[in-house]
Parts: sequence; C-alpha cells; structure tokens
Amino acid sequence: MASLDAPRIVSSRRDVADSFTLNRYLETGGYVALRRALTMFPEAVAAEVDKASLLGRGGAGFPAGRKWSMLRRSPISYLVVNGDESEPATFKDHYLVERDPHQLVEGVIIAAYALQVTQAFIFLRGEFALGLERVQQALNDAYALGALGSKIFGSNFSLDIVVHPGAGAYICGEETSLLEALEGKRGFPRIKPPFFPAVTGLYGEPTVVNNVETMSNLPWIINNGGEAFAALGAGRSTGTRLFALAGDVKNPGVFELEMVKNSFRDIIFDPALGGGLAEGRTLKAFIPGGVSAPWFGPDQLDTPLGQDEVGALGSMLGSGSIVVMDDASCVVRATWRITKFFSRESCGQCTPCREGSGWIERIMYRLEHGGGRLEDLDLLLDLCDNIAPGLSWPPQQTTICVLGPSIPSSVHSALSMFRDDFVAHVNHGGCPHD
Amino acid sequence: MSHFRADIRQRAEELVALYPRQRSAMLPLLHLAQEQDGYLSDEGIAEVAALTGTTPADVRGTASFYDMFHLEPVGRYVVGVCTNVACLLAGGEELLEHASSTLGCAVGATSDDGLFTLEETECLADCNLAPCVQVNHRYVRTTTPATFDAMVSDLREGRLDHDVPRHGTLIRVKRQGGLRVSKDDIAAERAEALAARTARAEAAAAAAAAQENK
Repeated sequence: MASLDAPRIVSSRRDVADSFTLNRYLETGGYVALRRALTMFPEAVAAEVDKASLLGRGGAGFPAGRKWSMLRRSPISYLVVNGDESEPATFKDHYLVERDPHQLVEGVIIAAYALQVTQAFIFLRGEFALGLERVQQALNDAYALGALGSKIFGSNFSLDIVVHPGAGAYICGEETSLLEALEGKRGFPRIKPPFFPAVTGLYGEPTVVNNVETMSNLPWIINNGGEAFAALGAGRSTGTRLFALAGDVKNPGVFELEMVKNSFRDIIFDPALGGGLAEGRTLKAFIPGGVSAPWFGPDQLDTPLGQDEVGALGSMLGSGSIVVMDDASCVVRATWRITKFFSRESCGQCTPCREGSGWIERIMYRLEHGGGRLEDLDLLLDLCDNIAPGLSWPPQQTTICVLGPSIPSSVHSALSMFRDDFVAHVNHGGCPHD
Repeated sequence: MSHFRADIRQRAEELVALYPRQRSAMLPLLHLAQEQDGYLSDEGIAEVAALTGTTPADVRGTASFYDMFHLEPVGRYVVGVCTNVACLLAGGEELLEHASSTLGCAVGATSDDGLFTLEETECLADCNLAPCVQVNHRYVRTTTPATFDAMVSDLREGRLDHDVPRHGTLIRVKRQGGLRVSKDDIAAERAEALAARTARAEAAAAAAAAQENK
C-alpha cells in the first residue's frame, strides 16, 4: 500500500484554483516564512536548512546545506536557480513554475537572505513561455508587496531577482553550462576543477546554483523547522519529493511522496497514483530517474524511492522521473530514441561524447529500421565502454561533464536485459513490432 | 538608426541594464529579435551585437548553439512535436508524421503558404499529456491526430490568437519594479550585516572559551 499521509510540502496548492496569483498565495500562507526568516540571523536560516538535510532536487542529489556552507567562508556573490528542466520525461519543475511561482520566489528570497546575496537569477528553459510569464509576474507582485527589492519588509536586506530565459539546449541544465548561457555564450560546460561554482561561478565569482524544487522547499522548512522536514523520509533521503511518472501507465503525472516510504510498485500501481498499466499489459521495464539512469525491471519494483536505496542497485533517483514501458513497447526503439537525443544534445566539446553518441545512434537506427548486424551488439558495448570505461555505476568519466557517461546507461541496460529483442531485430531485418 | 522598433529597443535596453555585464543579455535579446522579425535577421543580429558589446559573428556563433533560435525565416507558427521517450511510447512519431501531412511540409521545413514550420523536438516537460505539441512554444495539448487537425484549423481561422501569440518567448514577459537602491547603499548594508555577523561569531567563540575555562 502506498504511504500517502505525509504533508504536501511543495505541492500544497495543487488543488487550489489560480494558485499562481499573489492573492491566492497570501490566502494560503504565502510570505509568512520570509517574514519569519528576516527576524532570524542569516546563519540561523542556513542552519535550519542544514538540519533539514535537504538533498538538491536537480538530479545529482548534493546536500543543499553543504553547497551553501562551502560559501560561508568567502562571501558569495550570486545565487542562480536552475529551472532548465530538460531531462526527458522530467516535468516537476514545469509544474512548480507554472502553478506555484510565488512559492519559488519566496524560497529564492529566503535562500538569498541566508547567503547574504543581493543579486539572484532564475534561469528557466525558453520553452516555458508561460512559466516565464508567471514567474516574472510573481516577481513584479513581490516587488510591489515589498517582499523583494529595496529593504525587504523594512529589514536591512535588499535583493534583486532577474528571470533569465534559456533557448533550447539540454546541456544548460549542467550548472557550469548554465552559467555560460547566463554569461551570454554557447552553453559549453566548464572544465573541472574547480568542481563547484561556489568556488568559481558566474563571472568567475563564488556562486550557488540550486534547483527550482530545492528552492520551493524552503518556505515550508522555515515555517515548520528543519527537524520536521528531516523527520520525514529515512536515511539521507529526507522530506518529500516530486516524482514525475510517464510512459505506459493509466494515470501519468506529478506526485509528491514522502521519500523512501513508497516503492516504485506503489507509484506505478497504486490507484491514487499511477493506476497501473493498461488492461492486459504487463511491465517490461522502467527507467527510475531520467533517461541518464540505468533501467530497472519488474524484480526491482519494490525498491523504495530513496536516493541511496536506488543507488545501491546500480541506478539513480536522478531527476525524479520514472518512465514505464509495458510488454508491447519496443525497447530497441526506445533506446534508439534516447541515444538520438544525446547525440543531438551533445555540446561537441569532447570526442567520446560527440562522436560516440552519433555512432551509437546510427547503429541503433539500423537495428531498429533494418540493416542491423549481430556483431553490432558487441560493437555497441565496445563504444559504450569507450565513453564510460568499465560500464560501472556511477560511471567512469572521459568527458568534461556527465552528459557523455549518461549515453551508455540505456544501451547497456537494454542490451543486458533484453538481448533477445536485439537479436530478433537483426533476424527480422528491422523492428518486429512494426 | 535602430533596426528594432521603438518599444523593442526600449525593452532591449532595459534588459541589458539588468545584468552586471551587458553580454549576459544575449539570450533574452535574441528572443526579442525573433519577436520582431520572426527569425534572426542580419540586421537583428547586428543590433544585438551592438547592444551586448560583441560582434555579429560572435552573436551568430552563440545563437547557432541554441535550438530555439532560427537563423533562417520560419513560418508564422512554429509547430513542435515531441518524439522523445515518453512521447514515443504514446505515439509521438506517428503524430509527427500526421502533422507533416496535415501541414503539408516535411519535418524541419516551412509550408508553402509560409504559415507553418514543423519541428521534431526533444522533451518539452509535459509528459503526462503525451505526445506533447507546442506552437510558438505554447503548449496546445493536442495528443491525437483529430485534435491536432482541429487545432490547426483554429490556428488558420485565428481562433487561437490569444493562446498562441507570435514568436518570441518574452512577448508577454514585462518586468515591473526592481531594485532602486544605489550600489553604495547595498555595499553599506552588506558591510553592516557582515560586521554584525562577525561580532556574533566572536561573542560565541568568547562564550565557548569562557565555558572551557570554567
């Protein structure tokens, strides 16, 4: 049975009409947390987030409090919010920016106060045209309310927030690439080290980059305390999280669930959540955390939705998106499409990713569309091994950023789990499903 | 002589002023240039270069990295159909094929009447309503061939003018308000806060030392 008792932390206004407007936000407890935070010392606000043990909700799952504390030794110059949500089948930030923009804005102001930053940027992918409008309107409202701008709510703290549109590049979700885009350049990820923008970020200055969902948790944490947040979930995975469920289920959508207390089986099959597969269909495989993650099969359905729990089985919770494939879907076709995506979105800086993604995509294409050869199967693994040597998890890296080592995940998974399907494509001279 | 219309020129200058460095306004300005011309014309690129302190070659080189920027003219409506994995499972490829026949243009091409450009897109983050379709980057949520065709007739008849404005992601993004304090005031605020925080840290350290001496 799914455990649905936990409070809704970031989706509490899910059923509220016009939840994006200032009036509705104020009626439902908006900007109370900011007023409270401003009565606290900035370091006390940061300590509260530390107590919550909030893991970043962007994909890497790095503790938000630690990102902040790295800066506390040297003053931080900029806060940048990552709303470039582009990992295929991830659509939770889309929900947050369109449906609850004030919650995001309030979270950003709280974070900026804790970090004592006076300039913040909210980077949203350009395809969120409505999201950009809603967030800008929320900012306009916040300025008019006195919650943003000069001397916020009469305090000695001033802040400016600029919403910045992306322009269609998956790679800009990688934080150093996002900073390049924010500097007005091609979105090339930066060479590491330094590993963290907290050391060298926007314009070479110390910068904190946090995800939209991470920021949206802050008003609740300030209102209810970090300990109340940490009491939810288990182990390192505290609080709740938005999970985006897509693919072959009856009821795809975004669901906020307490971490660890539910399993993949719960979210996929519970009538209040995914509602199961279409009549007569059975589960073939699912992707547990975005297309960069290795796949799971029916045997892993009872894995709890927690960062370490999924990590222990050789995959990741990643961006919190789950893609379900039933027994009628073609895994070769799905893998081909995923590699086509990576090939298209590779920024082109590193040879293993730029060339490797294209080669893999072309081999996958001929397997799916006819012309595939039996030796292609080993060739695929060989190519994958060149991009991420050893094909281990977490992957070894031969490239500047993690886009490259994400390419082998689906190919290696599909080949390991469904080699017979690949052989059938070779023997049939194309897709037997067509 | 500005190539941008007066209102767009004004918004462009306001955007540049928002950033610590003018080049940071590059992507928003390119969106504005597309709002006026429908694509990135040579004149638009030259003006963005002047506003960002770069060269037209630099602007073009930057713009070419990003899928949403068109270096060639496109139709009045840019129709994007997603075929990435969640949409693939829901029939995205079939819908894209259908769109191509309804609109009378190949994927990546523009219809003869100049109304439609069809694109195959990557994930648009709306996967619970797959396959996902956007027109001028507005979600139109037509997941079947029949609803897609109805939407296209609505577009042709102008019934969706409100829901699907012209190109330009920022066409309805209007910033009001902002930080109206001088840099000196901000610096003074920060210095005061830092001094207070240092004093708190020193007091805490002194208290801890006193505790230890007891």
